[in-house]
Amino acid sequence: MPKEQANWSPYDNNGGTCVAIAGADYCVIAADTRMSTGYSILTRDYSKICKLADKSVMASSGFQADVKALQKVLASRHLIYQHQHNKQMSCPAMAQLLSNTLYYKRFFPYYAFNVLGGLDSEGKGCVFTYDAVGSYERVGYSAQGSGATLITPFLDNQLKSPSPLLLPAKDAVTPLSETEAIDLVKTCFSSATERDIYTGDKVEIVVLNADGIRREYEELRRD
Amino acid sequence: MFRNQYDTDVTTWSPAGRLFQVEYAMEAVKQGSAAIGLRSKTHVVLACVNKSNSELSSHQRKIFKVDDHIGVAIAGLTADGRVLSRYMRSECINYGYTYESPLPVGRLVVQLADKAQVCTQRSWKRPYGVGLLVAGLDESGAHLYYNCPSGNYFEYQAFAIGSRSQAAKTYLERKFENFTGSSRDELIKDALFAIRETLQGEKLTSTVCTVAVVGVGEAFNILDQATVQALINEFEISGEEGPTNESVAEEAGGESGGAATEEGGAATEQETAPMDI
Repeated sequence: MPKEQANWSPYDNNGGTCVAIAGADYCVIAADTRMSTGYSILTRDYSKICKLADKSVMASSGFQADVKALQKVLASRHLIYQHQHNKQMSCPAMAQLLSNTLYYKRFFPYYAFNVLGGLDSEGKGCVFTYDAVGSYERVGYSAQGSGATLITPFLDNQLKSPSPLLLPAKDAVTPLSETEAIDLVKTCFSSATERDIYTGDKVEIVVLNADGIRREYEELRRD
Repeated sequence: MFRNQYDTDVTTWSPAGRLFQVEYAMEAVKQGSAAIGLRSKTHVVLACVNKSNSELSSHQRKIFKVDDHIGVAIAGLTADGRVLSRYMRSECINYGYTYESPLPVGRLVVQLADKAQVCTQRSWKRPYGVGLLVAGLDESGAHLYYNCPSGNYFEYQAFAIGSRSQAAKTYLERKFENFTGSSRDELIKDALFAIRETLQGEKLTSTVCTVAVVGVGEAFNILDQATVQALINEFEISGEEGPTNESVAEEAGGESGGAATEEGGAATEQETAPMDI
């Protein structure tokens, strides 16, 4: 008799894609609003984006129950920070906190693929990208989730600075304006929606800049 | 109260059925600088006197935000107060995490009281030497509670604790019946008048007092100095008199430490020692 295998998993993947792009004085964080399980759609209207602090917004794809728990833990930790320091956490500080929180569960991880966007202490846009156990890096742009493999090469083409080894010498990429970045994000999602079954319905776009925070939605294909 | 053979340990009863260590802890509250609280149907105001040790030092913080809907003012050993505020904050955060809703004030106050009681029944602990005026808003309305080192707590319409608080209490006793219907600004004004009473003739400026408000649609916040000074100027310039002067003179004896003055007080409050309730 072959050995019986465990057939219950504590995890599920609810799909979806998250993207963030950092600008000179703004940051765009976007995620689709589709929540699925297996080949079924659970809802077309679920937000994967969470405002952690005045200048930090996190988008997470993966197992949404773990994502929710992670968001709650970070919110509580932020409250404690505010009581102790009488101010909001900066985005780089929140980035480190998120990393530590994820690694804390190194041996039963949060099944969450996160992208943290915001403004750093100088007011410049910043994006931090994570794996499930807290390894993180500050980058200019990032994508996570089921559509990440479709979006990342496209963003590399549009945003990555050309190598200094290239001949003839090319200029560094011209800085993107806020509207251009939002447009780029919409393009990313429309393309990913075409080929990734787990991405679609709507994309929620959050923009953080010196004037504050605002949110917009864009319809996507629902198939 | 005087030194006797039953007051060394908190776990020793006196033949008269008193725990002297607990009563001494309540004396510590009376020695602290004054803190007052008052509430209306929709708002609760906390105010305290902030005297610093010397001109060179800053004053101690006596009012703490516990959560958006709860704040606390302390009198007595401020270190103990700080530790208890941290506990209260932690309880609010944990409750919010579990239930995604604000911790009802009455619940928090009971938890605090139970925590204080533990220290009255362990030989290796001492009672907290701080009195807390807990101001908060929840579904059942605006609340003001007073937590004693003894582990007792009471709900009040208005109350004052700390040194020379009797003067403030007398003022509040005269005015409390109108508080329920008061507006936010009237409540703050009454709080400032009450604080002025405890200063016994010293000039009331925003450097010696702190005022905090919580109310419907207003998260707990401590008013900044400029706002408080503006409010003080408003009523000083208009020459408004809070209480009448005779009662001020009478209460000058008020809260001197040492003697266990059993001031019965008014309908809304009970004195601290002994703890029979």
